[in-house]
Amino acid sequence: MGLLSALIWLPICSGLLILLFGDRTVGGRILRLAQWLALVVSFAAFLIGLLLYSRFDITTPSMQFVERVPWISTFQIEYFLGVDGFSAPLILLTTFLTPLVVISGWDIIKNRPAQYFASFLILEGLMIGVFCAVDALLFYVFWEAMLVPMFIIIGVWGGEQRVYATIKFFLYTFLGSVALLVALIYLYFQANSYSILDFHQLPLSLTEQTLIFLAFLIAFAVKVPMWPVHTWLPDAHVEAPTGGSVILAAVLLKMGGYGFIRFSLPVTPDASQLLAGAMITLSLIAVVYIGFVALVQKDMKKLIAYSSIAHMGFVTLGFFIAWRVINQTDSVVGISMGITGGMVQMVSHGLISAALFLCVGALYDRLHSRQISDYGGVVNTMPVFAAFMVLFALANAGLPGTSGFVGEFLVILASFKASFWYAFFAGTTLILGAAYTLWMVKRTIFGAVANEGVASLNDLNFRETFVLAIIAVFVLGLGLWPAPLVDLMSPTVENLVAHITQSKL
Amino acid sequence: MPNLEPAFAEIFLAVGICVVLITDLFLPQSRRDITYVLALLCLAGTAWASFAIELDTVPMVIFTGNFIADPLSQFLKIFTIATVGVAFVYSRGYLLARELYKGEYYVLGLFALLGIMVMISAFSLLTMYLGLEMLSLALYAMVAFDRESPIAAEAAMKYFVLGAIASGILLYGMSIIYGVTGSLRLDQLASTLLASESGQWSVLLGVAFILVGVAFKFGAVPFHMWLPDVYQGAVTSVTLFIGTAPKIAALAMAIRLLVEGLGAEALVWQPMLIVLAVLSLAVGNILAIAQTNIKRMLGYSAISNAGFILLGLVAGDQVGREAALFYTLIYVITAAGAFGMVILMSRGGFEADQLDHYKGLNARSPWFAAIMLLLMLSLIGVPPLAGFFAKWSILAALIGADKTWLAALGVLFSVIGAFYYLRVVRLMYFDTGLDQIAPEAGLDLRVLLSLNGLVLLGLGLFPNWLLRICIAVMA
Repeated sequence: MGLLSALIWLPICSGLLILLFGDRTVGGRILRLAQWLALVVSFAAFLIGLLLYSRFDITTPSMQFVERVPWISTFQIEYFLGVDGFSAPLILLTTFLTPLVVISGWDIIKNRPAQYFASFLILEGLMIGVFCAVDALLFYVFWEAMLVPMFIIIGVWGGEQRVYATIKFFLYTFLGSVALLVALIYLYFQANSYSILDFHQLPLSLTEQTLIFLAFLIAFAVKVPMWPVHTWLPDAHVEAPTGGSVILAAVLLKMGGYGFIRFSLPVTPDASQLLAGAMITLSLIAVVYIGFVALVQKDMKKLIAYSSIAHMGFVTLGFFIAWRVINQTDSVVGISMGITGGMVQMVSHGLISAALFLCVGALYDRLHSRQISDYGGVVNTMPVFAAFMVLFALANAGLPGTSGFVGEFLVILASFKASFWYAFFAGTTLILGAAYTLWMVKRTIFGAVANEGVASLNDLNFRETFVLAIIAVFVLGLGLWPAPLVDLMSPTVENLVAHITQSKL
Repeated sequence: MPNLEPAFAEIFLAVGICVVLITDLFLPQSRRDITYVLALLCLAGTAWASFAIELDTVPMVIFTGNFIADPLSQFLKIFTIATVGVAFVYSRGYLLARELYKGEYYVLGLFALLGIMVMISAFSLLTMYLGLEMLSLALYAMVAFDRESPIAAEAAMKYFVLGAIASGILLYGMSIIYGVTGSLRLDQLASTLLASESGQWSVLLGVAFILVGVAFKFGAVPFHMWLPDVYQGAVTSVTLFIGTAPKIAALAMAIRLLVEGLGAEALVWQPMLIVLAVLSLAVGNILAIAQTNIKRMLGYSAISNAGFILLGLVAGDQVGREAALFYTLIYVITAAGAFGMVILMSRGGFEADQLDHYKGLNARSPWFAAIMLLLMLSLIGVPPLAGFFAKWSILAALIGADKTWLAALGVLFSVIGAFYYLRVVRLMYFDTGLDQIAPEAGLDLRVLLSLNGLVLLGLGLFPNWLLRICIAVMA
């Protein structure tokens, strides 16, 4: 069994084992085996992820750790796995965050803990499967199966409106995915193979490309989510339990961006070029308009959810600005800058949004409210927490020295090469992002102690401090020295740029 | 003496039914288990007899061209027999608890099976009609099985009247085709139609009437009116029976009549089939949302699934028929499991036919909630469950036949359909139950039902072998 198979199936099989085993009561005491097992397994998966990283060859753009066996041979469907510079960082992000999610749910989840931890483990395996799959149908299987554990997580452990939110989440993404399925089957008949690599080489007419691009767009835009199909996200985030929000923001949203870079750009480059203007406009609307929407939120989770949409707007902007850069200049530097910026932004947002949701979760566990108006002066009772919250808020606003800065800066720089106005609108995020995040921090963290609830708060315990500290290390580390991350993906980015600058027509 | 070997399974079954029927007459109620075991033995023997037939490379046609034995018929028969066996096992505890544990259920079930087997092997219009009537009459009686229940009597009456009309229309269509071609044999009338000019009015009428009969058997819109009422009105063990094995008969009927007999007129029946399929998808999926009774909801779900099966036939080529076959098999397995769950939940005479009865099942029985979850996800078409590959094979056939717009329409309706299946999941997992009583049932039901759910997962992870069988028998 290869490294990738181990990464996928270890969490899934352990998850099923936990489901079967459940939580046993011995002599009136509940044995919390599930969370221990989940911790061990997710940590083991993280170690495998590190092993993968240490063996990853950063000089080649081709697929590594390839596993390829026939699966449904009657239709040339293969169990075909591999990683390249795009998937490796996201796999690492997933394996890094899952143990933290398990720790954040430690002893807090009282309702069916075995099913809770099992869901997250199964989800982890499926998410890694999405990033590893090189066969399009295998990709789709993981992509779609992933919905189920998330549906259950939001629906069982979520807030008051959880049923509405989770069904909305499922149906929105399901609608997007089926369009993807039709496009993939169409491509199969053109390429006579389900391998994504074969799709990349497939010559397609502009009409075909446009239709396929639109089908992809429905699937990926819902997942990212882009304006105007973003409305499921605030609902899902607000209602999801903390762990669910973390995974949703940190990894699930990245699948949309990953889809664009794995499918839309290389399979339909000419359609991407044709529709780049629309994509850039949608991205800028997400950045500017959603930024304003975030400003007026009263619920902290909702605010971070809208901030996620705005930040993901940067990802799509970075990917599609490439086409405008080609029109303006002949240099490929600007193009790869945009794509690299989008990728870095995905990883960085994964860390920052996860941390912010964990911060809100820490408050919610204490006072059972997410309303900004219920807090104020938290710094007086929770100084350690306040320090972390301010750090992550500044990172979210894109402060230089944090990882949030790197991605946004690269994308804005690439936009400048295309047009001053793109850069201008993209740049508003530096003001808007700072405004909504810091205003929230001002109202909740600083000032005088607002009420008795806040006065009675206890500061973070060791478990919470540990989780936030680890993320903080990475946020600062990637902000000060992003080279390892950029190097990891740079050959793949160069390869993609060379591929997409050649017309398929 | 004609060669009877290809029909040996049917002959064995017919004899077996008589044995079960007569033995049952002399058994007191306390010994009813003997009938049950005899019926299962009868099924096992029939399955063995079907399996043991040695097929030639060319299909064996006997009884002066009325009866055919080919790989398709052999495979479908074995699958149908297995389905009926599963239905019998599921039903036992349920019937016992309601004092309906009578030999007639098994005898009628076996008669229906005989009808299905005759339909599967029908090679002339007359044999097809004969098998259909044998199946239908057995089913009418089964629906009215619970004599005390007025709703069952109403359902049976509706089924009988509408079924008789549909049979009449079918027979009329067959007589027209016979009049035009001068032959009842499917291969002969196919070659006559191929030779004659297409688009004759009389042929058009004949094809349309035959299509009505096929559509009625599938429960395709607008010939679906009987289906929700029958599903709801019949006792659940009968609904289970009607919801599974006869679907295979409908598929066999469609393939034999439309493809093998009227293949030359495909341009006539394909547009009609498109209308039927799209209407079924639309009406089935949308009306299912409004249901509060799970049997009725599964009835509308059956209508929408029939739409998907018809889409496979609409694709019009070999691949489409393979996909339709694969889809039918998976659907039958899933439907058997879903009605099996209703039976499981209906403990001790209580009818768990309302959706609300499934509230909080996860708290009461996590295992069976998980099994039901698998069944519902398979019906939605979420990978890696078998239902996904069923839908995928139909979509692939449509796109391969340049009917991408139909594929797009199909997936759109399956998104709508996802909602009502998800509602069941929601009730089981997210809501608190009306009571805390865990479902109880015999070991046989629990084991078989668990297997039923897991088979869907297994087939979803490894669908290749079943796809390969479907391709082999359709060739």
